[in-house]
Amino acid sequence: MRITEAAQAYSFSRRALMLGAIQGGVGLVLAGRMTWLAVLENEKFSLLAESNRINLTLTPPRRGWIVDRNGRELALNRAAFRVDLIPDQIEDQEHVLKTLQQLLGLTPEDVARLQTDLKRSRGFRPIQVSEKLDWERYAALLVRLPELAGVQPSESFARYYPLGAGVGHLLGYVGAASAEQYAKEKDPILVAPGFKLGKDGIEKTMEDVLRGTPGAKRVEVTAHGKPVRELETRPDTPGKNVKLTVEMGLQEYAARRLGTNSGSAVVIDVSNGDILAMVSMPAYDPNSFSDGIGQSEWKMLSEDDHVPLMNKVLQGLYPPGSTVKPMNGLALLAAGIDPHAVVNCSGAMQVGNGVFHCHKRGGHGGVDLRRAVAQSCDIYFYEMVRRVGYDAVAPVARSLGMGQKFTLPFTTQRSGTIPDSAWKLKRYKEAWTVADSLNASIGQGYVLANPLQLAVMAARLASGKALVPRIIADEPVQPAPPLNVTPEHFAIVRDAMFAVVNDGGTGGASRMLVPGVTLAAKTGTAQVRRITKAERASGVLKNAALPFKLRDHALFICFAPADNPKYAAAVVLEHNGHTVRNLDTPLIGRDIMTYLFDKEMALKSLAEVEPSWGGDYKTRMAEQAKAFQATQSAPPPPTPEDTEAAADNVSAAAAAATTNTIDTDAADTGSVEPDE
Amino acid sequence: MSTLGPGFVPAPLAQLPWKIILLIAAIGVFGLLVLYSAAGGDLQKWAMPQGIRFFAFLAMAIALSRVPEGFWAMAAFPMYGVILAMLLGVELLGAVAGGSQRWLDLGLIRLQPSELMKPVIVLTLARFYEILPAGEIRKFGAIWPAAVLIGLPAGLVMLQPDLGTALMITAGGIMVMFLAGVPLRLFIGGALGMAVAAPLAVNFLLHDYQRNRVLIFLNPESDPLGTGYHISQSKIAIGSGGIFGKGFLNGTQSHLDYLPEGHTDFALATMMEEWGLLGGFFLIIAFGLLVRWGINVGVRSQSRFARLAAAGLATTIFFYVAINMAMVMGLAPVVGVPLPFISFGGTAVMTAMICLGILMSFDRQNRKVVTW
Repeated sequence: MRITEAAQAYSFSRRALMLGAIQGGVGLVLAGRMTWLAVLENEKFSLLAESNRINLTLTPPRRGWIVDRNGRELALNRAAFRVDLIPDQIEDQEHVLKTLQQLLGLTPEDVARLQTDLKRSRGFRPIQVSEKLDWERYAALLVRLPELAGVQPSESFARYYPLGAGVGHLLGYVGAASAEQYAKEKDPILVAPGFKLGKDGIEKTMEDVLRGTPGAKRVEVTAHGKPVRELETRPDTPGKNVKLTVEMGLQEYAARRLGTNSGSAVVIDVSNGDILAMVSMPAYDPNSFSDGIGQSEWKMLSEDDHVPLMNKVLQGLYPPGSTVKPMNGLALLAAGIDPHAVVNCSGAMQVGNGVFHCHKRGGHGGVDLRRAVAQSCDIYFYEMVRRVGYDAVAPVARSLGMGQKFTLPFTTQRSGTIPDSAWKLKRYKEAWTVADSLNASIGQGYVLANPLQLAVMAARLASGKALVPRIIADEPVQPAPPLNVTPEHFAIVRDAMFAVVNDGGTGGASRMLVPGVTLAAKTGTAQVRRITKAERASGVLKNAALPFKLRDHALFICFAPADNPKYAAAVVLEHNGHTVRNLDTPLIGRDIMTYLFDKEMALKSLAEVEPSWGGDYKTRMAEQAKAFQATQSAPPPPTPEDTEAAADNVSAAAAAATTNTIDTDAADTGSVEPDE
Repeated sequence: MSTLGPGFVPAPLAQLPWKIILLIAAIGVFGLLVLYSAAGGDLQKWAMPQGIRFFAFLAMAIALSRVPEGFWAMAAFPMYGVILAMLLGVELLGAVAGGSQRWLDLGLIRLQPSELMKPVIVLTLARFYEILPAGEIRKFGAIWPAAVLIGLPAGLVMLQPDLGTALMITAGGIMVMFLAGVPLRLFIGGALGMAVAAPLAVNFLLHDYQRNRVLIFLNPESDPLGTGYHISQSKIAIGSGGIFGKGFLNGTQSHLDYLPEGHTDFALATMMEEWGLLGGFFLIIAFGLLVRWGINVGVRSQSRFARLAAAGLATTIFFYVAINMAMVMGLAPVVGVPLPFISFGGTAVMTAMICLGILMSFDRQNRKVVTW
């Protein structure tokens, strides 16, 4: 017993020693771990601690202005009081929304938008409530702020476009970056509250120039995001201004003059290719797009058959119709056709199994080139192009800008088609037919062009030079070498275009009233439906009797003065159908050209006719919105998350629709109902 | 001490183990500084109440040191019985109240019976092996009663559920068994068995949140904003402190609220952010000295009870410190064990002071033996 107890005491001291050794070992491991963390990984953890502690807040840079050729502001910034919501910090969403609605006078639709945004939010990203508050409301909000956790008021700048919808497609608009943009660029400024980037048009493509460099504020913050103190501030560097070749007054005038049309107009300076105006109407108002568009406004725009979301100047493709006839004239002359050669127009012409009609049922009788252009006789061009073949015409068309894309700061530009036999073989694996030539000869069939190309064609006809359109005033003028056409041929064709307006031609309505200035022009009508034999027999339906989508497009190219061209223009009116004289191409074209020579006269003429279609576009858009809202019983669906992409979809669908109608026509060889 | 004449200091005072009391006080005062800083320089918030508790329990420890060794041996089993009953009571109370309740409110602290079980399980087993005939130690009779004595309270605490405390009760008891001379192969076999059983236990015995903690411990990056957040922020605090720390009151992780529980379980991280590696070493050395002293008290003790109890109590303090530090530095799952004398809260201070008070009482006994 004694021995065992002694052995036990010995065993205890041995085991106590073991225990002590193990404990000492654990102590060493702990000390080693401390050393590892605090010495070897010190740098890494110091960085992590700093990035915890310091919150870099970026202040959005003031965006550069967009000015017209004379320095007048097309897009500028206005001081604004804004309110954002930080989803993470909201404690009582219902209370916050209710109070905001009451304090800021939000509409139920605004609240609905906020709720949608809050549901989609990712917590840290601010959601804009309003960015154009007046001081009174802003102050009222500041007083109530303590009870509104998650509401963040700030003073900032808001983009303002004085011309509104008149520059919608030209300038685009600005908006908060989409999730995809942030994922791509990874620039933290993109998610800073109040930061907007260009979403369309010049705003988007000149983003790099306009954006500037954000300012920064380093703030020490708690884990809950509460700022403790400011460490340092760096001011922002404002973006640079972008100067356009556009003339603001003309841009606005053209936008107003287009009236209720779904149309576009382009004016080019013949001396250097400067785009003086580029209008597509109706258009969205970039001011309201930049504020975050309302749900019903979005619905209204995307459902409108006048496609206000599409920039028709660059994305609208139309059969150019008879506007190609002066160009055809150049091609025929180059192919050796005598300008005085006469073709007898009886109103119809048999080619193979098909009968090709002239727009004038009884026919024009004997016509030469000048008369054929002036009267827009289809039979003359059928016959002459049949003789030379369309492969002789297509190169001339391309040299005048048709089928071409130009280097311009816009994201989408559709090039259209100037067909020839090689093109058809490649595209349809079919041989070119005489009927194809005849259709193309009057700008139908496979031929497609956008309004900019028509304007360039007019400018090249007027100048005789390969003018390249440009819109950024600070970029160098591109050289415009003379076109490979003899001056005599140009003189013949220009004289024919002079005759269109001033010598008993189809465009007599556009005769200018400015003393000493004459207009040279060519009218055009593009049919978007097939006319059956039965219909032709019983009398072709009047456009006014047709639904909007089936009416003819109206087109117009012109330059002035006819004897010494300074300006060229194109006007394209979708489904206009020549139904209302004041809203038809000849008078719109004449007035836009008049503005360039006598502003007072042009404005006076506009003031007389504008009330007949309900006032200028701002007035009409407000009326339309009100009327639309009245028809909506159900609340509108949420605005798409990425309006930029959604708008692209809408305009792409619309553009595809225009092309399709033409394609079906192109397949129709027998009975094209041509020009006026 | 010997330079002071016996007349200068009253004998009872002079007899106190001043070195150890000063060591404890040094750790405690350091802890109060940490709490003062963790509160952002606010004395009232944590440092003051903790200071009152600390010195009250220190006084209690000194009072306990006057209790003769024999009392502890005699009272071990009755205390065990009372506390087991309290554990059962708390469990039943919790069931009635419809929630997990672990404590009885005593005013100064909320008394958790499970805490008292930590030193008492050590005393109980020490007493058990003392009365167990020496020849029995290698037999099964030396093991199963101990297993039952450990298993009952540990099981009840697991039910609360309080994994950290249950582990410490089990570990404290097993340490006494080890020291008592239960065959080594059992411990080696047990360790192997644990290695096999642990994954099973994790899967079947633990509550979801406990299992999560273990899984997140094994892969902290899997949950950087949830439970793993504690560990990552704690490592950031310690790592960014470097060798000399950011300076008193200059910690950013703690003051800007990035470090959760910076004044309780993760107080070590708060401390090391400001005091650096040097502060960490200071605590490891100080606690190391304290534990070494406790084991030496056991080695010097004459009775088998005192030997086993002293080493066991010292090991209980060691477990507190080691588990907490390992957890804060990402070496162990977050099991909710505070750092005694540093973390805010009375429970750990009380338990540690009870351990130290009993150790001082054994120490006093040893000196008496020596002076005789």
